[in-house]
Amino acid sequence: MNFSNLIKIAYTALLRNTTRALLTMLGIIIGIASVIAMVNMGQSSQAQIEENISSMGTNLIMVMRAHQRGGGVNLGNANSQSLKLADVEAIKAQAKYVDAVSPSVNASGQLVNGSKNWPGSMQGGSVEYLAIKKYEIAYGTNFTEQDIASYAKVCLIGKTIVDNLFEEGENPIGKEIRFGKIPMKVIGVLEEKGQNSMGQDQDDILIAPYSTVQKRILAQNHLNMIYASAKNEDVCQLATEEIEKILRTSHNLSPDATNDFEVRTQAEMLEMMSSVVGTITSLLTATAIISLIVGGIGIMNIMYVTVTERTKEIGLRMAIGAKAKDVLWQFLIESGMLSVVGGIIGIIVGIIASYVIAQVMMSPFVVSVGAVFMAFFVSAFIGIFFGWLPAKKAAKLDPITALRYE
Amino acid sequence: MANSIIRINELKRNFIVGSETVRALRGVSFEIQAGEFVAIMGTSGSGKSTMLNILGCLDKPTSGEYYIDEIEVSKFSNDKLSEIRNKKIGFVFQSYNLLPRTAAIEQVELPLLYNPNVGAKERRERAEEALRLVGLEERMYHLPSQMSGGQQQRVAIARAIVNDPVIILADEATGNLDTRTSYEIMSLFQRLNESGKTIAFVTHEPDIAAFTSRVVMLRDGRVTKDEPVKTASAQAALDALPASDDY
Repeated sequence: MNFSNLIKIAYTALLRNTTRALLTMLGIIIGIASVIAMVNMGQSSQAQIEENISSMGTNLIMVMRAHQRGGGVNLGNANSQSLKLADVEAIKAQAKYVDAVSPSVNASGQLVNGSKNWPGSMQGGSVEYLAIKKYEIAYGTNFTEQDIASYAKVCLIGKTIVDNLFEEGENPIGKEIRFGKIPMKVIGVLEEKGQNSMGQDQDDILIAPYSTVQKRILAQNHLNMIYASAKNEDVCQLATEEIEKILRTSHNLSPDATNDFEVRTQAEMLEMMSSVVGTITSLLTATAIISLIVGGIGIMNIMYVTVTERTKEIGLRMAIGAKAKDVLWQFLIESGMLSVVGGIIGIIVGIIASYVIAQVMMSPFVVSVGAVFMAFFVSAFIGIFFGWLPAKKAAKLDPITALRYE
Repeated sequence: MANSIIRINELKRNFIVGSETVRALRGVSFEIQAGEFVAIMGTSGSGKSTMLNILGCLDKPTSGEYYIDEIEVSKFSNDKLSEIRNKKIGFVFQSYNLLPRTAAIEQVELPLLYNPNVGAKERRERAEEALRLVGLEERMYHLPSQMSGGQQQRVAIARAIVNDPVIILADEATGNLDTRTSYEIMSLFQRLNESGKTIAFVTHEPDIAAFTSRVVMLRDGRVTKDEPVKTASAQAALDALPASDDY
């Protein structure tokens, strides 16, 4: 039997009932389209997270105070005073893989400018803070070592604060705003950064010398955090280990004592976020795959109906010379065509859907080539898998009984 | 015996129904020569359907020999029988058995689709030729729903002759048609027979059998009568029908 003839036989048979063919395909179209859309969406969020985190600096290292325990109760890290300025000095002096390091202290309070006010937080850092956290100055200048030494009441502000405290078009540079009762002079405005991957507004920020925040606002000697940046991404892990060693020494910890601090990197954050997105994506994809299986069962159902309905036709085909395997192939090709054509339409619909989703969610538009290929082969497989039993049933028919079937 | 198309010898066919054995054919022997127009007659239960199924290579005998076109096929596998049906036999059924929503030309092409030696161009040409022979050259692209019973049966006859079979097997081919149309179909069969086609025609109507040239009568699985008859002209019978039928 000539294969192209079988294909012709199968598609003319399908064309005899276009509505039914289209409806049957719909199951596969929806299934494949949702798989494609889900996979693309997952990859798009992944890309977005990577983009965001790298905008925060991929070589960023954070040193946090360890959680304290009192009588078995985890007290959090709010009262820990384990991080000191001396630690920053030690890291700066000893670490080989660390490029820049900055203490971090913060205080929250109301920001006031004339009749306008805004709840904000003040971030204290060193001169290198901007470089570590990948902030750029839009206009104005950064504060200096001199400002740090003199606890100068100067600050840099982000766009959200500019928008909320100043009139449109007003130049904030040189203006004095108040943080609670303390007047702070604006010396610079930061370049806009947008939201980070956790939805935090990175422009709602006021940066001042850490000494100012420590002495004039919080009246504390310890630090909330230490930020450091590794020389490059590759040595991030080495830098982390190095910082840990330096801090253990400077904290005089005995070899069996646990750390009274924690060192985290952005890479870990990235991994954590990715695994969350990964889980959500696999859940959605699993749902989509279930709909695909339902679509496949739809094909099987229709193929059974078709075989029963066309029993007489099968009898006739056998009488005029179709072999059992010709009949088997005809029905397998019919179900295969339904699912492959459905699959191709589904791939197109899925790509369009992921484009629309990307536009709406303002995330990057990603097409996973792997998913497209997988979808194509899965749909072909579904057609053959779910078409097999009905086709087998058709091929097993006895021509004499089939011809008499009413 | 170069021109023997069908030769059966002591053909038996038993069916097992429950614990009983039904002996549908109890030893049938006859021969059909090239160019014959044979009616196979018998009441229901006489074994004529079983006979036709075996002659049509749809069923295999329990014992006995069956030569079609000098090939002994009684022991053939199902696939080889399919090939014999495809190349040597043309079927015409009582209920036409046309595919729904399929143009006449494609119905006629169908047997050739299962023949790998026939290309698309030859297939179309032979189907057109077959439709011309049955007088449907004007209706090649009509669907079954757009044709009368007689026209549908003509399409079925075209489908039966398109593969140039050694024998046409007709099973009550006029059973669903009125008298006038039956005569028209019989006249078509007579013309095909005159042009050299061998035809075996199963019927239980004596007036239809009268248009053939030989009657084989079956009763209880045996041949009770096998004799040539004087062939009546279907065209003459058609002309003799009262004109009032022609409303």
